Amino acid sequence: MKLDSTKLVLWLAAALFVVFFLGYMTTEVIGPVAHDTPVPEGGTVGVGDVLFYLLAALTVAGAAGVAVSRNILYSAIGLLMALLGAGSLYVFLSADFVAVTQLLVYIGGVLVLILFAVMLTNRITEVKVSNVSFGRFGGVLLFSLVVPVLLAVAALTPWAARTPDPLAPTTAAIGHGFLTRWLLPFEVASLVLLATLVGAVVIARKELKAD
Amino acid sequence: MIPLSPISLPHFLVVGALLFSFGLVTVATRRNAVGVLMGVELILNGANVNFVAFNHYVTGGVSGQIFALFVIVLAAAEAAVGLAIVLAIFQTFKTIDVRTADLMRE
Repeated sequence: MKLDSTKLVLWLAAALFVVFFLGYMTTEVIGPVAHDTPVPEGGTVGVGDVLFYLLAALTVAGAAGVAVSRNILYSAIGLLMALLGAGSLYVFLSADFVAVTQLLVYIGGVLVLILFAVMLTNRITEVKVSNVSFGRFGGVLLFSLVVPVLLAVAALTPWAARTPDPLAPTTAAIGHGFLTRWLLPFEVASLVLLATLVGAVVIARKELKAD
Repeated sequence: MIPLSPISLPHFLVVGALLFSFGLVTVATRRNAVGVLMGVELILNGANVNFVAFNHYVTGGVSGQIFALFVIVLAAAEAAVGLAIVLAIFQTFKTIDVRTADLMRE
């Protein structure tokens, strides 16, 4: 990577900005709020909790793999892990239908599409050129700018949480909702899918040139 | 700050936030167009985790799950069209580096 002086100064300024931003966030915003928020009582860690942490770790590790892997095929495998983990997390949230849909649509459809695109557009032997990510430093800066803010919001906001309903199948309620309250979006979604299907074929086909 | 047990809303929000952040970094740093699309999928999944978690812990009912299903449908459509465009770009320019594909014709 070429580093001329202007670029270097800009990167240094960005790094300084991130450091100051993080310092400001911790001392001025997160500190007082965290001090005032009472820490809720923790219970004993059960089998379900351990399972949740394993699946969450799988999800986050897969996402990290997508972000940092140099080989685009490994990125696709990371995406597989992330989608699988996110789908299994839905089961903890009493969303069985969404979990199965995630499995069918994302892993059965989107991931296969992505793998096809990877193999059609890359010379796999040349791993080095297939997925050169630029700005590793910029990526780290962006990550350290976004993550603390989002984690602080998630952890410190007093969410209006209520006691959740016991886990129960939701497929019947979803089908009822699709055909009553959400009928118009449902039909529009089917139109969008039809248009997508036609559009994707039209865009991706090889044009026959008239001589 | 967040107790290890029982599992509650913030745990899922943390997972969603991490998915979103990794997706954002992927979109911002990849040169490969397929890699950028993978990042978009991660971002949509982070949003979906939040939808379903809020549905379970805050609102009840199935509205959040229906939103998540619409997101999944639109993500599938986006992936199909996006990859078709990537293939078309590859046929035209013989590369899918997002910095070099800056023309809409040959």
